[in-house]
Parts: sequence; C-alpha cells; structure tokens
Amino acid sequence: MAAEATCGAGAGSTGSLAAAVGMSNVTSFQRRGPRVGGADSGGPRLMSIAGTRPSVRNGQLLVSTGLPALDQLLGGGLAVGTVLLIEEDKYNTYSPLLFKYFLAEGIINGHTVLVASAKEDPAVILQELPAPLLDDSRKQELDEDIYNHKTPESNSKMKIAWRYQLLPKMEAGPVSSSRFGHYYDASKRIPQELIEASKWHGFFLPEKISSTLKEEPGSLTPGYIKLLQFIQNIIYEEGFDGSNPQKKQKNILRIGIQSLGSPLWGDDIFCTENCDNSHSLTKFLYILRGLLRTSLSVCIITMPTHLTQNKAVIARVTNLSDTVVGLESFIGSERETNPLYKDYHGLIHIRQIPRLNNLICDESDVKDLAFKLKRKLFTIE
Amino acid sequence: MDSAGSVVSVAPQLLIQSAGSRSSECSRNSITFSTSPLTGRSRQDVAWSRRGQSRERSCRLHPGRRAHDPGKLTLLCDAKTDGSFLVHHFLSFYLRANCKVCFLALVQSFSHYNIVGQKLGVSLTVARERGQLVFLEGLKSSMDVFFQAHKEPHPLQFLREVNAGNLQPLFEFVREALKPVDNREPAWRCPVLLVDDLSLLLSLGVGAVAVLDFVHYCRATVCCEFKGNVVALVHDSGDGEDEENDILLNGLSHQSHLILRTEGLSTGFCRDVHGQLKILWRRPSQPTAQRDRSLIYQYKIQDKNVSFFAKGMSPAVL
Repeated sequence: MAAEATCGAGAGSTGSLAAAVGMSNVTSFQRRGPRVGGADSGGPRLMSIAGTRPSVRNGQLLVSTGLPALDQLLGGGLAVGTVLLIEEDKYNTYSPLLFKYFLAEGIINGHTVLVASAKEDPAVILQELPAPLLDDSRKQELDEDIYNHKTPESNSKMKIAWRYQLLPKMEAGPVSSSRFGHYYDASKRIPQELIEASKWHGFFLPEKISSTLKEEPGSLTPGYIKLLQFIQNIIYEEGFDGSNPQKKQKNILRIGIQSLGSPLWGDDIFCTENCDNSHSLTKFLYILRGLLRTSLSVCIITMPTHLTQNKAVIARVTNLSDTVVGLESFIGSERETNPLYKDYHGLIHIRQIPRLNNLICDESDVKDLAFKLKRKLFTIE
Repeated sequence: MDSAGSVVSVAPQLLIQSAGSRSSECSRNSITFSTSPLTGRSRQDVAWSRRGQSRERSCRLHPGRRAHDPGKLTLLCDAKTDGSFLVHHFLSFYLRANCKVCFLALVQSFSHYNIVGQKLGVSLTVARERGQLVFLEGLKSSMDVFFQAHKEPHPLQFLREVNAGNLQPLFEFVREALKPVDNREPAWRCPVLLVDDLSLLLSLGVGAVAVLDFVHYCRATVCCEFKGNVVALVHDSGDGEDEENDILLNGLSHQSHLILRTEGLSTGFCRDVHGQLKILWRRPSQPTAQRDRSLIYQYKIQDKNVSFFAKGMSPAVL
C-alpha cells in the first residue's frame, strides 16, 4: 500500500529534522537542529513526519502541494502553518484540480484531511480524488514519452532567441520516484480502501448551519464562525497543536476550503459594492492563520476573486495570506487561438511567496508560467 | 562634508564623478556617510552589514539619527513590494541600543521575528525575559479573543466588535507597556513603539479614522510624554483603489518626521536589485538644516543583511 511505504520511508529518512513540537513553545517553525544525534537512528527528540521534509534554506517543515512542479516554484513545498490561496480561474475548471491534488497528497501520506465546502458534500469530493501514479509500471511508459519529446528539442539550438536557452528547464515528468511529491492520474479515481484507511473530517455548510447561534463574536458571517470553531475543535482534540503530549505519532492536518468568499458561504463581499459585513472574510483569514501558526497544519483555500472588480479587497486578502497563486485559463478568452499558447491550457501566476524566518524568499527567476493538463500530468512551464 | 547642510550637495557629485577603481568609489560612498558630523555624534549607528568588508559597500542607514533623539515618528511604507526587512532592522537596532521596545506584531508569529532577529544579532527571547521587549503577538492573541469571551478588555478587543471598533484597549496596552517604572529596575533608554502593519488593522474592521486616532494618541504619549519614538509600517496599494488605506497613509505622512518608502523597480523584476528605498526627512529639528531632504537608494536583500547602493551602481550592472 502506498501509504505505508511512505510512512516507512519517512521515518527512516534524514534524522536531522527537529520536529519535536512538544518540547518547546508550540510553533511549527523550527530551526534545523544540530546534527549531533543525526548518526544514530534518531533519539526521542528527533521525529520526522511522513510526507514532509525540511527546507534547505531555513529548516522549516515543508509539505508537498501534490504537484511537484508547483512545489518547485514555491521553493520546495508549502511550509507547515501557512495558507495557500488559489485564485480561481473564471469557469472553475482547473482550481478544483489543484484542490484535489492537495487532498490526495494528504491521503497518500497518511495525513489527516479536513475538507470544508459549501456546495459539495466532502464525502463526494473525496471520492473524486485522482489516483496516484505508481512508480513501477507507469514509469516506463512515461520515460519513453519524455525521451521522444526531449530529443528533437536538445538537438536544435536556438539561434535568435538564444537567451532563452539559458533558462532552466522545468521538470516535465516524474523523473524519480520521490516520496515527497506524487504524480496523479487525473482520469482515475483513488482506490476506495485508501480513503477508508485515512482519517478525514468534513464540513458541509448546509448541514452545520441549521442550528441557531447563541452569541455572535465579531462581525463574521455564521458560516465562518462555525468553520473556525470546527477547525479549532479538531486541532485541539487531535492534538495538532501539541496540547496532548501523549500522542506518539505527530501528524499534519491538511485543511481544504473550497470557494471561500463565494455567496454560498453567506458572504457577499465579492458580489456587492458596499456590503455590511465587509470585513468578515479578512477577519476569518486572520484568525485562521493564527490557528495554523500554532499547530501542525496546512491550509489550501480556493477563492473566486474573479467575481469582484474591487482590487482593494483582493489586495487585503493577498496581504493576509502567505502564498498566493492565481490561475487564468484560456477557455473562452482570446488567448485560446493565440499560437503562442497553443499547447497550454492557461497561465499560472505566483503572486506572493512568504518570507518566513528569513529576510528573503525563494523566488524563481522565471515569471511567465503556463500550465497544461495532460491525462497523467499537470505540468507548469 | 563639514557642515550638516552640505551632506546633500556631496552626494550628487559623487554620482556624477566618473569612476576611479570601483572599490574606491564604493568606499567613498561610505566615507561620505560615516564621517559626516551628524553621524560622528551618534554612537548608536548600526552598521547594516555585519562585517563591513563586502564589495558592495553597505551604507549606513542612519546618518542623521541618534537613538536618544526624542519624539520622532518614522513611517515605513512599502508599495508593491515587501518592506518587512525594515521592521526587522528597526527592531534589532533599538534592542541593541538598549531601548525599551513595545512591538505590536500583528502579521507574523514570534518565532519568525526571533529567528530573523538572531540573524541580525539580537535575541528576542532574552530581551523579552529581561523586560526590555514587550511583545504582542497578534496571531496568537486573536485566537484567545475570538474563541473565549473575556471579562476585562483585551488589546485586540476590536475583533469581537460588530461595528468599526475602536483601539482604546490597544492604546492602554501600549501605554502600560512603555510607562516609565521608577523603581530600581535598570533604566532602559527611550521607549519605542514599533507597529508591524497598521494596514492590517484596516483589514480587521477598524476604520481609518480610528487608526489615525490611535497613532495620534500613541504619539502624544510615547513621543511627547515619554520622549520616545514610534515606528509604523503601512502598505501602499499604489493605485488608489483602497481609499481607507490612502487616507491612513496620507494622514501619517503629514505627521511623520522620517519616511522610508520601499518600492519595486519601475522596470520590473531583477534578481540583483530587489527594489528602491526613498528616504525623506521632514520637519527637521534644527532650523538651519535643509528642509525635506530626500535620498534614493537601491537595495538587495541577502540572507543576513541588506546592501544598499546608489542608483545604477549595483555590482551586477557595473
């Protein structure tokens, strides 16, 4: 089973990661510990969690977003305790895919998954997750694919646009079977037993909102309040914030919130010009970040920012999130027929990367990125 | 180079001069600033680079500042780029100068500031234990406020309020923190209030007028009564869509004595030059000094320091 294999590999891997959250003040940002006890199989204070790895820059714990190409652009992965905000594309075709890749990565690695949605039942969302590509049989096929693709390219040198030759080539396919990121087959569904073996929590808004609230802290919409309380309960009960020190195996909580800010959540910030509760969404994001920073969790949020023309709101939301990625698909726009974009399905904009524990961040040098979705691969070039 | 007033006149000449060797130019750059009489009087000048021998000669950021210069409001403004390195710099600067600092850290967690501070040479945990640093961690306290009802007012009480809250409890927190205590505690130097991100308060539902009131109260207390300094960071959206932010920014720009404005380069992204820093002095204290001096530097942020250079003098270009 892929999940157990990953766990086994994770425990025996680099023992230099100091992820002992229970020891000190609970924070998910730990410096890379000294390699004193690194030679032995890891004393009690050096634990590593499956599916994570420390960043080479500052020793933070990173998880994979489910897309190795995106991991590379974000500087190795998503830091634990941060929020990844995805600005949805106009017809919402590709952002659910990124959302599902993220959740599938969590299930494969054995993380606990929390799915919150206002329009689809979380159980249904989990059924539709893509299946992971196993290394052995598929790799051969893909190797041939890449090989054929690469040979004509490498032979022709660019004459006019020779500067572009110096650009780094993006990794297009599964080059090695890394346990940190997996490749998924978008046309297949994840095996049922993997879902059942994993631990997940669902928050479906129409079910939860039926009860009335006694008190209203702050001016948040009831849906947001409920969601925050739900997340906080899960974090507290399952000990992601280190409050339960008897837990032997530390794990990561992956939270996925779909279409936050849309009218389905009861928030009309993106629909009306001057709405009453205009700070509901921003307060929610702030408190959510507070919850994430003090626990071992990662969160992905998809947000339909294309619904509003109000750039101030988008700017505020961007400032409140850590990593922001925008998707722009070519469907229905004039770029579809542009020969330059013939092979691609859309553009991907990395709008913000956090500078955590550091003065600088890992910005990639390449700023114009486009993505394409093949049956087995989501590549970004 | 002899009188205060001529500092500005030296700098443009430096830029026009054609090069001798590059190192001599760069060292000239630093000499202009390090031996000017204003800097000579200040003992708390912080050398931005740790070793000071780097080829891109990092210039000193405070040619005219003295840590015991009372009552100044410094505004840090960033437009389309990230100006948080200035916050880290000021935090480590004041901690090293033995000032009592009240830091309202609303954006990131304590460990983030601590780790960056260690790279810049100060330890926030030690400072907090000694009582030199009063740290309000916004992210953690917001959870306390939100999930539990408190009887006594919490500094972040405005998160629970439905309408545009007021920042009175926050101001009380600041005043309590920076109040001079007159027993045998080791006397810290002037108190400093450092706010990471006033624009965040706007996002959390506080009106621009309430934030301006808060800054006014803080200035009256910290600058005039306690003879301290206030440093605040505000984001600038640049295009004028966020009206509340513009009101806040304009109001603060008129009140402040020193404005440090970081912007991205107008020509786009560059790997070697991360942006441009404009320094604007307003309201000079001595009547003989020139009014409203301004300087522009370009900078590159590195792992442990930031190097500044004159426009066009980046070593990547030369």
